Amino acid sequence: MTLQRPPQVGAPSRGRRRQPRPGLRGLKKSLRHHWQLYLLIVVPLVYFVVFKYIPMSNAVLAFKNYNVVAGIWGSEWVGWKNFEMFFQNPVFWTLVNNTFLLSFYTVLASFPIAIILALALNEVRQGLFKRTVQMVTYAPYFISTVVVVSMTILVLAPRLGIVNRGLGFFGIDAIDFLGDPSYFRHIYVWSEIWQTAGYSAVIYLAALSAIDPALHEAAKMDGAGRLRRILHVDLPGIMPTAMVILVLGVGNIMAIGFEKAFLLQNPLNLSQSEIIATYVYKTGLLNADFSLATAVGLFNSVINLLLLLFVNAVAKRLTGNGLWS
Amino acid sequence: MTTYAEQVRKIREPRGDKIFMVFVYLLLIVFLSVILFPLIYIVASSFSDPEAVSSGRVILWPVDFTLRGYEAALSNPQVIQGYLNTVFYTVVGTLISVTLTIAIAYPMSRKTFVGRNVAMSVILFTMLFTGGLVPTYLVVQQLGMLDTRWALIIPQAIGVWQVIIARTYFRSAIPDELGDAAQLDGCSDLRFLWSVVIPLAKPMIAVVALTYAILQWNSYFDALIYLKNPDLFPLQLVLRNVLILNTFSGGAVDASLVLERQQLAELLKYSLIVVSSVPVLAIYPFVARYFTKGILIGAVKG
Repeated sequence: MTLQRPPQVGAPSRGRRRQPRPGLRGLKKSLRHHWQLYLLIVVPLVYFVVFKYIPMSNAVLAFKNYNVVAGIWGSEWVGWKNFEMFFQNPVFWTLVNNTFLLSFYTVLASFPIAIILALALNEVRQGLFKRTVQMVTYAPYFISTVVVVSMTILVLAPRLGIVNRGLGFFGIDAIDFLGDPSYFRHIYVWSEIWQTAGYSAVIYLAALSAIDPALHEAAKMDGAGRLRRILHVDLPGIMPTAMVILVLGVGNIMAIGFEKAFLLQNPLNLSQSEIIATYVYKTGLLNADFSLATAVGLFNSVINLLLLLFVNAVAKRLTGNGLWS
Repeated sequence: MTTYAEQVRKIREPRGDKIFMVFVYLLLIVFLSVILFPLIYIVASSFSDPEAVSSGRVILWPVDFTLRGYEAALSNPQVIQGYLNTVFYTVVGTLISVTLTIAIAYPMSRKTFVGRNVAMSVILFTMLFTGGLVPTYLVVQQLGMLDTRWALIIPQAIGVWQVIIARTYFRSAIPDELGDAAQLDGCSDLRFLWSVVIPLAKPMIAVVALTYAILQWNSYFDALIYLKNPDLFPLQLVLRNVLILNTFSGGAVDASLVLERQQLAELLKYSLIVVSSVPVLAIYPFVARYFTKGILIGAVKG
C-alpha cells in the first residue's frame, strides 16, 4: 500500500518521452493522449465520492440536531452536545468495554491459532492428508454469517443441541449457552475461529513457502530438530507477515463484525453482546435518532483510525514492519 | 546438487522429531475433526426423521432417512423467492462490480495515467476511515434507493481489496510497452483494454468475480437496513428470519399436528442451512486455488 511518487522533474532523462512528466503539463498531455483512460475512471470515482466521501461529510450530523425538513446542512448546530450525551450515558462504558474486549479476545485467540495451523500444515509432506486438512479448514470461510450463527445456535441449543446432549452423557446439566451472558464472548470468538482459522492460515503458509530452504538445510546440518527449526527459522521468517496481520487486526478492534454480534444477540445476553455497532444500528435506524447515532459512529471511526496509526507506529518501531513501510 | 541434498537428508533426524511429528499429526486431526464435526452433524440431521432429530438420536449419520426437511424447505414460497432474489443480486451485482473494478483498476495500473497515485490514495483512504452507518444510509435514502433492488447492488459495488488485486495483476501481467506498441499501431486505450487486456486477465477477473459473487450470496445486512418489502428479500435475510428469529410461516397445517409441525420446523432449519450453503461450497473446491492466489496478491503491499 505504498504510495509511489511520480518521477521527479529533472530526473534522469531515460524514458522521459514516454513517461509523462508530473504536474499540470504532464497531466494535460496525458489527458490529450489517454482521455479514454480518464473517461473509464469517472464512474468508479463518482461511486467513491458518493458512497464513501459524501457519507464522511454527512458525519457533520454528529455536531447537529438532525431535522428531516431542513436536511443535513440546514439543521441547527449543537456543537459537542451529541457526544456529551453519549459519554454521559451509563451505557457508554458498557459499550466500549464490550466492543474492546470482544475484539481483543478475537485477535489474541485467532492470531496464534492460525499460525499454529499453518506451521503444522507446513511440516506435513504434500499429500492427500495435507490437502484434505487444508480444504476442510478453509471451507467454513465460504459459509455465510447467518448460517454460521444459526449452526452455532442449533449446536448449542439448551435441550436438543449436540453439545448439551454430550454434556448430558457425562451427567452435566444442560446449559443455556446463548441465554447466559458470561458465555457470549467465548461463543463469539470460537465460532469466529472455527470459521476463519483455515483462511488465515493460507497467508502464513505462503509466507512459509517463501522462506529460503538453505536456511532449513543449514539448521539441519547444525543438528536442529523440527521444533528448533520452527522456532528459529520458520517463526522469524513469517514475522513480517504476522506483524501486518496483527496491525490490521488491532486497527480493526473497534470495527468488530457487527453482523455476527447482532445475530448472536438476544435479550438475555445483551449485557455482554451490545457493542458500539449494534447500538448505532438501534439508535440510528430503529429509533431514528440520526444525530446521536452518527456521533457514536464517528467516535468509533476516529478511535479506529487512531488505533491503527498507533499500532502501526509501534510495530514499525519494534520490528521494522508495518503497513505502508 | 542432488548429492548435496541427499547428504543433507542423510544427516540423522534427531530422535525427538518422530515424537514431534506424531504430535503434529494429532494436532491436525483435532483441527480437522473440530471443523468437520458440526458440518457433518448438520447434514446428517437434515436427512433424518423430524422425530429422530427432536429426540436427539442423530449424531453423525442420518436416522430414519427422509427428505421431508428438504421438501418443506423447497416448497416454502419465501425461500423460493429469496433464492431467486439472491440469484438476481449475485448475477447483476457481480457484473456491475467487475465492470467498475476493471474500469478503475486498469487506468491506475498504467504509467501513462497521470494522477494514478492520487486516485489510489483516494480509494485506500476509504479503508481507513468511514462516515458510518447512518451517514451512508442517508445517502442511499436521498438517492431514492430505499426499498429498491439497487440498494443491495450499488452502495457496495466496488471493493477496495478487489481493486488492489486487479491493479496489481494488470501492472505485472500487462507491460506498458505492449500498450505503447498497440497505440503506435493506432489502437485506442479502450480498444486495447477490450481486445488485449481483458482476454489476458481472464483468470484474475474470474477470481475477482467470484469474491464479489460470494459476498453478494452471503450478505444480509444491507437488505436488513435498506429493504422493507419482503418480495425483495435475499435468501440470507429469509434465512435469518426463519432460523434465528423463528418466524416460520409454513402453509396451513392441521391444528392437531402442532407437535409434528414444530418438529418439522426444527428439521427445516437443518435442511435450509444445507440448501443455502451448497451452491457456494460446491464451487469452492474448484476455485480454492485461485482464491488462495487472490488472497496473496491482496496481502502483498503495493
